[in-house]
Amino acid sequence: MKPPFQQVLDLHAEHVYRFLVAVGGPDAADDCFQETVVAALRAYPALRDARNLRSWLFTIAHRKVLDAARRRSREAIPVAVVPEAPTTDGGREVWSLVRALPAKQRSAVYLRYAGGLPYREIGAVLGCTDAAARRNVHEGIQKLRQAWEEES
Amino acid sequence: MNELESLLQKPPEAAPDDAVRRAVERAAGAGVVDVGYASHDSPVGRLLLAATRRGLVTIAFPQRGEDAVVSELARRISPRVVELPRRLDAIRRELDEYFAGTRTSFEHPVDWSYVAGFSRRVLRATTRIPYGRVETYRSVAAAAGSAKAVRAAGNALGANRVPIVVPCHRVIRTGGGLGGYTGGLEVKSFLLELEGVA
Repeated sequence: MKPPFQQVLDLHAEHVYRFLVAVGGPDAADDCFQETVVAALRAYPALRDARNLRSWLFTIAHRKVLDAARRRSREAIPVAVVPEAPTTDGGREVWSLVRALPAKQRSAVYLRYAGGLPYREIGAVLGCTDAAARRNVHEGIQKLRQAWEEES
Repeated sequence: MNELESLLQKPPEAAPDDAVRRAVERAAGAGVVDVGYASHDSPVGRLLLAATRRGLVTIAFPQRGEDAVVSELARRISPRVVELPRRLDAIRRELDEYFAGTRTSFEHPVDWSYVAGFSRRVLRATTRIPYGRVETYRSVAAAAGSAKAVRAAGNALGANRVPIVVPCHRVIRTGGGLGGYTGGLEVKSFLLELEGVA
C-alpha cells in the first residue's frame, strides 16, 4: 500500500532540496527540484517497491542533476566562475568544492556525510554496487581534502 | 573528526517551502496530480477539501481527521494526492459565500466517478433539492428510482463524501425528525438555520 504522495514530500522534500542545493548549486536547485517532483509523481503509480521511498526520490534527483549538467555542457556557453561570497563557517565554500567533483562522487559524498545514508542505499541512488559507492565516497573525499588544503 | 568532515555533515541552508508549492503546481500543470487538497476554515470547523481534475471528491469535517481523509483518498482514488490549494480556490470562494448567506447554489462540479449505482442516483437527486427546502428520505429514494429503498437511500446519504455541496443536510425524517448527519446533528441544524429552515 503506497502512502499519499504528500507524505513522501513531508518526509523527504527538504532533504532532497538541500541535496540539490549542495550538488547542483543554488541556481540550478529550484529547477532540478521541480523536475524531480514532476518525474516522481509521473512514476509513482507504477512504482512496485515502495519500501524505500527516500532512495527512490534521491535516485531521481541525482539523475536530474546529471541532466542539468549535460544540458549546460551542450549549450556550451562558457561562463566565468563567479566566486561565492565567503562565509565565516566555510560551509558555502565546502559545497562549492564538492560541486567541482565528478557527479557520482559529488552525490556520494553528500549522501554519506550530510545525508548519513548507508553505502547500500548510496549504491541504489547512483545505480552501482555498495563497493563502488564506497569507492566514490572515498575518492571524492580524497580530492576534497586536497582542494581544501590548497585553499587554506 | 577534522574540520572538512564536520562541515560536510551540515547540509546547506535552504528553505524549500515555497519550492515545494511551486513544484507541486508545475506537476499539476503537467497533469500528474490526481487529487489536490487544501484545508479551509469555516463556521462549522476546519474542512478538508479535495478535488480531481474533473471536480470535487471530498469535503471532510474535522472529526474525521486530516491524515485519515488523505490516506483514504490515496486508497480510494490514487496515491498521487498532494496539497494543492490553488485547485480548491474556486470552491473555497463559493463556500465562503454560502456561509455568508450570499450564495444559494454551488457551481463547482462534483467528480461522480467514484460513486456508483443507486448511491450516485440518490446523491444526484439530493443536489436537486433547492436551498432552504427539505425533503424526506422516502422522497429522495423515490426520486432516485426506488421508493422502497429508504434505508439504502439513508446509507447513501450517510456515505456522502461531498456534504454541503451535495446538500444531504436537506434530507430529514418523514415525521420531521432530523435523522443523521456525517458532520454531527448540530452542524445539520446549523446549516438548516443558515438556509432559513425553521
